[in-house]
Amino acid sequence: MLEIIDVTHTYGAYQALGGVKLTLAEGELVCVVGPSGCGKSTLLRCVAGLVQPTGGRILLDGVPVSQTPDNLAVVFQDYSRSLFPWMSAAANVALPLRRKGMDRASRRTAAMEALEQVGLAGAAGKYPWEMSGGMQQRVSIARALAYRPSLLLMDEPFGSVDAQTREDLEDLVLRVCAHHGMTIMLVTHDIDESVYLGDRVVVLSRSPGTVAGDLQVSLPSPRDQIATREHETFVRLRAEVGRLIRGNQLSPQET
Amino acid sequence: MRTRSTRVLRGAVGVAGLLVAAELALRAGHVTLLPLVSTVLLRAAELTVDGEFLSAAASTLASWAAGLALTVAVGIPIGLLLGAMPKVEAVVRPLIEFLRPIPSVALIPLAILVFTEQLHLRAAIVIYAACWPVLINTIYGLKDVDPVAKETLRSFGFGPLAVLVRVSLPSAAPFIATGIRLAASVAIVLAVSVELVAGGTDGVGVYIIKAGGGGRTDLMIAATVLTGLFGLLVNVAFVAVERKVFRWRHAR
Repeated sequence: MLEIIDVTHTYGAYQALGGVKLTLAEGELVCVVGPSGCGKSTLLRCVAGLVQPTGGRILLDGVPVSQTPDNLAVVFQDYSRSLFPWMSAAANVALPLRRKGMDRASRRTAAMEALEQVGLAGAAGKYPWEMSGGMQQRVSIARALAYRPSLLLMDEPFGSVDAQTREDLEDLVLRVCAHHGMTIMLVTHDIDESVYLGDRVVVLSRSPGTVAGDLQVSLPSPRDQIATREHETFVRLRAEVGRLIRGNQLSPQET
Repeated sequence: MRTRSTRVLRGAVGVAGLLVAAELALRAGHVTLLPLVSTVLLRAAELTVDGEFLSAAASTLASWAAGLALTVAVGIPIGLLLGAMPKVEAVVRPLIEFLRPIPSVALIPLAILVFTEQLHLRAAIVIYAACWPVLINTIYGLKDVDPVAKETLRSFGFGPLAVLVRVSLPSAAPFIATGIRLAASVAIVLAVSVELVAGGTDGVGVYIIKAGGGGRTDLMIAATVLTGLFGLLVNVAFVAVERKVFRWRHAR
């Protein structure tokens, strides 16, 4: 459903992406992992239509992405800046639904439903600044869910929360995505997280970012924070992803 | 809440202390030209029910309100336009920086020639002085909007106008409100100044000049004190409204 074809991007003289080729199938959860500065966020922003890639093409359901597509939502890392502090949680979740031409009552219903799915049914009237970081990111996720996108993009979504919250949110994402059958592209620098969450893990090399590896994750579902991480496939894949990333980190020094 | 009331109390003690000291100094006869503090306060209280003064105050209030309302109605849209279009702002900015430091009072003689209607003259001078804080704060408020917030809405497919109305405007609103509050204070200064310089049929400034002509320094100072009190009340009211409406900004 998503085709990224030889996408390149340069900021001035700096080449962030050096010809990325990547395809996502319907309903797949693909983790894009790479060292910081490998252009993984740039890639996500290109898919979202927030940045126009310098070269290559991006097709969403066969349609070239020129501006932000309608059936797409983004969850940003920085929830505190991404949520609007002058609005309650429910209003934040309901706002994007205006794009769908829904009336006030149905926006409200959809927002409440999404908040309930992320376990925040009781916090609809709260303002973002009255919530913990984990709760705020749940609101961001609820906002994306309520929008019912066919493609969900997540940019380091758990990078700013503590470890316990992070695990809770990871499982939340797995649960709701299985429920909605959404296609997800999740960008992270955390190797464990990419293997734990992904159906596939795509490794990007250091800049200019190119696909250094594309691994199928054949771990049993549903995933479990303890058992999955003990699984021999998990351990093997984690090492493999680590080597792919590390290998690319070392190569500039060797030459 | 408790610390705030403590602060208000301390401020009140400061004011009372100064007034008592001035009263004692005047009674000791060090300054003979000025009326006693107690006399001024008494006159000020009397003026609040004095028909002549009240009609003068109503006139000043009218030019203040008209000037401020027009300032807001014109300043915010222009500020939004300039804030949303940095290239246009770059073109207009030098002009703004040139016009802004020109004292409004210096324009009064020119304004007298241009405007025939008293209210027009007064409102025009008020607008000239009051528009800058509104304009500048609106521009800065828009520039200060978090790019992540704007991108969030863009990522849901909203266009530039929707982003301006739904993200930039509410996000800049506290800045704009501060601009209006500053403008309200400046507008009081100019509403009275223009009456002092240009004269006219009524207004607090005219009242003060007349009282001075009659040698009534007690009335002059009493009218001045009431003007200052009005300014203080306006400011307090604005701050209270800002605190309530923009609670999200302080609470973060």
